[in-house]
Amino acid sequence: MSKEFGRGATILKSGNSCEFYTGDWKVQYPDHLKDKCKNCMMCVPYCPEDCIKQKDGILDKIDLDYCKGCGICANVCPFNAIEMKHKDE
Amino acid sequence: MAYNLKEMVNKKSRLASGHRMCAGCGAPLIVRNSLRALKDEDHAVISCATGCLEVSTCIYPYTSWKDCSFLHTAFECASACASGASKTYEKLKRENKLPQDKDTKFIAFGGDGGTYDIGLQSLSGAMERRTDMTYICYDNGAYMNTGTQRSSSTPHFADTTTSPAGKVIPGKVQPRKDLAEIMIAHNIPYVAQTALIGNMKDLYEKAEKAIYTEGPTCVVALSPCPRGWGYPTEDLQKISKLAVDTCFWPLYEVENGKYHITYKPAKKLPVEEFLRPQKRFKHMFKEGNEWMIEQFQKEVDKKWEYLLMMEEITNK
Amino acid sequence: MAIRERLSGNEAVATAMKQINPDTVAAYPITPSTEVPQYFSNFVANGSVSTEFIAVESEHSAMSACIGAAAAGGRVMSATSSQGLALMFEMLYIASGLRLPITLICGNRALSAPLNIHNDHSDSMGARDSGFIQLYCENNQEAYDNTIMAVKIAERAKLPVMVCYDGFITSHSVENIMLMENEEVKNFVGEYKPDQYLLDYNNPISIGPLDMQKDYFKHRYELASAMKDAKKIIKEVSEEFYKITGRKYDLYEKYMMDDAEIAIIALNSTAGTIKDTIDNLREKGIKAGLLKPRMFRPLPWNEIALELKNLKALAIMDKCDSINGYAAPLFTEITSAMYSSQVYVPTINYIYGLGGTDTTVKDIEKIYSKLQEISKTYRITKITNYLGIDEEEVK
Repeated sequence: MSKEFGRGATILKSGNSCEFYTGDWKVQYPDHLKDKCKNCMMCVPYCPEDCIKQKDGILDKIDLDYCKGCGICANVCPFNAIEMKHKDE
Repeated sequence: MAYNLKEMVNKKSRLASGHRMCAGCGAPLIVRNSLRALKDEDHAVISCATGCLEVSTCIYPYTSWKDCSFLHTAFECASACASGASKTYEKLKRENKLPQDKDTKFIAFGGDGGTYDIGLQSLSGAMERRTDMTYICYDNGAYMNTGTQRSSSTPHFADTTTSPAGKVIPGKVQPRKDLAEIMIAHNIPYVAQTALIGNMKDLYEKAEKAIYTEGPTCVVALSPCPRGWGYPTEDLQKISKLAVDTCFWPLYEVENGKYHITYKPAKKLPVEEFLRPQKRFKHMFKEGNEWMIEQFQKEVDKKWEYLLMMEEITNK
Repeated sequence: MAIRERLSGNEAVATAMKQINPDTVAAYPITPSTEVPQYFSNFVANGSVSTEFIAVESEHSAMSACIGAAAAGGRVMSATSSQGLALMFEMLYIASGLRLPITLICGNRALSAPLNIHNDHSDSMGARDSGFIQLYCENNQEAYDNTIMAVKIAERAKLPVMVCYDGFITSHSVENIMLMENEEVKNFVGEYKPDQYLLDYNNPISIGPLDMQKDYFKHRYELASAMKDAKKIIKEVSEEFYKITGRKYDLYEKYMMDDAEIAIIALNSTAGTIKDTIDNLREKGIKAGLLKPRMFRPLPWNEIALELKNLKALAIMDKCDSINGYAAPLFTEITSAMYSSQVYVPTINYIYGLGGTDTTVKDIEKIYSKLQEISKTYRITKITNYLGIDEEEVK
């Protein structure tokens, strides 16, 4: 029995799906417009992928490795500080 | 403690990135934000019914469940599994086989299929036995995992793959089952209905109350499904708000029998505002089908009036 | 010091459960095993055990709660019969697939329809491929002993165990029985120390993932290997049990097999009737014998087959039917094992006692007399026989 996996397919790790990147699913991506952002944090709990990272009350970055491009963050932002762009842009 | 979004987003995220739910799905938002209501120092055991959530968050060798332990067995028994774990916890803790200063909370997640339908008996049993657990239903109103088949939570007239809107039958012919009221009839200490609106205060506070109320508690959360409902993924918050503002999905809680409507729309919108943006209700807007919208409106009004009445009666 | 008692099978099993004092028992009443949770809830109510008893609303939830409890890290037991076991079916496979050491008591009873509450083995035989170890018991003593050993076998093999004994015939008959001291049982089963469990907050885990094709196949192979390895574990545990109690258990029991020319293979209480018949026949100089498998899962296939190699004729009795247009499970599996072990003995199948139909010494004598005939002529006219049924009349 390895340390990562137990009997009966049990996964002995916690939250290791972060090693699986879903970022290539998207056709559009969120562009964070820092000058418009008021760090209200509204977008953070609305990201299904948990990829909007904040640090000490400041919106840090949007981790595109996981972003599936749903666009919810851009729609919930009260300050239009997130703009969806086509992935080729 | 008053709700504060900035503090809330600082709490542990117990559902990691890299899960494979569809883009724009409401379920991970319900799960992550309700689990944020846990105290960071508390352990949680999650029991999950088979469904979208399970097959997308725990695909061997990956798990998205973080800082909590996760158990999935089958479709209809998340409650029974949680009750077995919860009772064993009580026993082992009583006998000092577990540390006294560490608390574990038991939370079951199921979609409407695993809750309203195939899992109803198991849920009812666990609630009746006064199991110390919280059941959270992410309710997207159909069997989305198998491709949008009708469930007993599917709204009246909705077009699903097993209640298709055809020439003779206009979608699902029955109104939806009311799970929250069934849970209330179990006389459990806390039942709530919530949705993904505003700054998540409603969901967070109800989850917190549910998790930290001793005994069985249940939260029914409206979980928009862009694929099954037929709306653009980015409109999750908008569609949830319309569900609430039309009173299709009233936000309320029942604490020890006392009803409390947690959100009363300043202006109750006609239900067609909620129906129109969704493909599953498209046929209701065809000429000659006005009666469906009228019928739907009547059902929504009836439930809303019932809630207003219950709030008044139970708080006298 | 052993304690002499007079108990029914259900009482004996419930007593074993009391002495084991598991962490959690979840059960739903069903005839004829109802008494087990009944007696046990009395023990809980009177404080003679510290177990959490969960009176669930169905057998499906009983096994689900057991799985939740075992996954949480508890020592877990349950009891059921017939339709109850059938309702658990989905969860049985999950209990074994997750490698959870649950002990399930099964008071064997017929399956509907038509409805029948009496004994046959349709229920546990239906669950034969569920990944549960299956121990079969002839009488109250064996039911008691196997229940105690089951806990240890399950925890060592990391597999669930089903302890099967005949409904009413064993479950409700009062017999003399030797009990172990409470302390002896406590020491024998020892303290349960799970190594991967939900309540271990320092090591969060995920149990029951979705497996894609190759992972699934690999994990099912691991399960199959564990079942294969369980044979050795059952032998070890039985040896440890023998050292304390002096009661010897093996993979199967042989009665007058050493010089036997004709023999019967049968499970559970019917073995008692067969032993009596053999005693009568031996007085007449007829070399009859019996082989009673103690377990059907894992199947001691090669061991049993080799025991049969000197026979001239063999009958395998099944208290259930496969409804497959051929024969019943004990027959098909043992004859297959014989073929694989290159043991060729003329063998016939008797399906008998369904729905609790009485099986007497006379019935068994008829089988042995048929075997005598076959041993002389080496001719089998009928492979699958329905004991006591006039097949022409039924048609």
